[in-house]
Amino acid sequence: MMPLKRLLKDKWASVSLAVVAATLLIGVFAPLLAPHSPNEANMALRFAGASWSYPLGNDHLGRCILSRLIYGIRPSVLWVLAALGASASVGAALGFAAGYFRGKIDAVIMRICDIMLSFPGYVMTLAIVGMLGAGLTNILVAFVMMKWAWFARVIRSAVMPLADADYVKFSKVLGMGSFAIIRRHVVPVALPELAVIASGAFGSMILQISGLSFLGLGIQAPHAEWGMMMNEARAVMFTRPELMLAPGLSIITVVSAVNFLSDALQKAIDPKLMLTGKRAKDGGGKWTSDLGKKEVA
Amino acid sequence: MLKVEGVYQSYRRSGLLRRTNHEVLRNIGFEWEKGECLGIIGESGSGKSTLGRLLLGIDKPVRGSITFDGKPIADRKTRRGAISAVFQDYTSSINPFYTVRQAILEPLRLRKSENESFDFGSLLREVGLDESYLDRYPHELSGGEAQRVCIARAVASKPACILLDEAISSLDGSVQMQVLELLRNLRETFGMGYIFITHDIQAAAYLCDRMMIIRGGEIEELVRTEELANVQSPYAKELLRKVIS
Repeated sequence: MMPLKRLLKDKWASVSLAVVAATLLIGVFAPLLAPHSPNEANMALRFAGASWSYPLGNDHLGRCILSRLIYGIRPSVLWVLAALGASASVGAALGFAAGYFRGKIDAVIMRICDIMLSFPGYVMTLAIVGMLGAGLTNILVAFVMMKWAWFARVIRSAVMPLADADYVKFSKVLGMGSFAIIRRHVVPVALPELAVIASGAFGSMILQISGLSFLGLGIQAPHAEWGMMMNEARAVMFTRPELMLAPGLSIITVVSAVNFLSDALQKAIDPKLMLTGKRAKDGGGKWTSDLGKKEVA
Repeated sequence: MLKVEGVYQSYRRSGLLRRTNHEVLRNIGFEWEKGECLGIIGESGSGKSTLGRLLLGIDKPVRGSITFDGKPIADRKTRRGAISAVFQDYTSSINPFYTVRQAILEPLRLRKSENESFDFGSLLREVGLDESYLDRYPHELSGGEAQRVCIARAVASKPACILLDEAISSLDGSVQMQVLELLRNLRETFGMGYIFITHDIQAAAYLCDRMMIIRGGEIEELVRTEELANVQSPYAKELLRKVIS
């Protein structure tokens, strides 16, 4: 609860949180909010300017740009969020196992991660899309396959110092099982940091999905997606720049909001600020040094 | 009874071409009787903390056996309710998201019998705190208070043995004395035994019945505290001389 309160005290963080939350909600309720069907072509309104019934104008097929933007949230943001969730949970499971048990388990998992991470991400994604065919599902599959290793790595290094803490040692002494210890003492303490890691990755994933869609590898033609909308607007970039601006600004806004939020989240859960009262002075130093280590790793 | 027989512990250091074994403990063997307070004294690097980890069953020795009432200590079922610990670093001894109540409840939850009506108040008063601490978080406690909570937590499940690994070393002088006093009183109240790992021979002498001096991973001397003055080994004599002068 405390971190959320602190987060909301930060003006930029609250604005970012509002933007992200609004984007997600609009995406979920797209059919209720969009003024028109996103795929409804109307050649009479080709390249029409803004009007009351089409607030952002129409594209080269006379489709409502606002509606397409709203529906575009689904693949651009919501599905990315799902892919993020999938890869983060796979990565978290393996990262927790590697960081907590160490030894052979750690070595095996980390060597697999090394192999996965030695492929260049984009090339690998292209290869997977090349094999499975273009389409949003395949891109998301490729993303999950490429990203989990990175998550496992980062989460492992976040978990390692936590698994060394004396309260974990104490629970071991008591004869508590490993999974109970992980569930009670490692996951809750690591969770805020996980949130920071995941939100940091979210922004870059949105950009990558839009980038791949821009190249025509993502979602297929009639459906709306921000990257693809930019690609469609490319032909008329100089005569009708606003067609490109609408999805472009949406991407910039959402990604910036996510990045700001991630930074603010990091600040809000900084254990230095959590130390109130008596121990703030003498306890502060230790925590900072721990935090520094994690950031390097 | 905790029985340690022929324990060796070493860590493997893997170099570029060959692996070297770094031996930390060599041929350690002793017995700890129920209710006894045994001091394990050694300088840093003598292997006393490694020995502590082995006694707690967190690590397994390379060779030798450690048993509690005949059962291996590395089996966590043996440890349940039998042994508990207090560590040096009070800042990381309690989960930062746990209140004092939750921390103390943890060992009790594992022994479900005493779950329902546990008298937190009397336990906390026993360690010199009171009920008002129950809902505090670890970062709201001072070092001495946190270490008292750790002791209360270790005592809560009434184990036969509590291992104190440098438990008073990070506290300042007067608080050290208070905690030592407290440990002495608790022992009288609950009749539990301690294994007291420390570098501080004076503190050990205050609390312990027997003292084991280790150096470089080997037992140098094992004496009763009353007979501390006539130790045999030159190293133990040297240690004592330093304290007295």
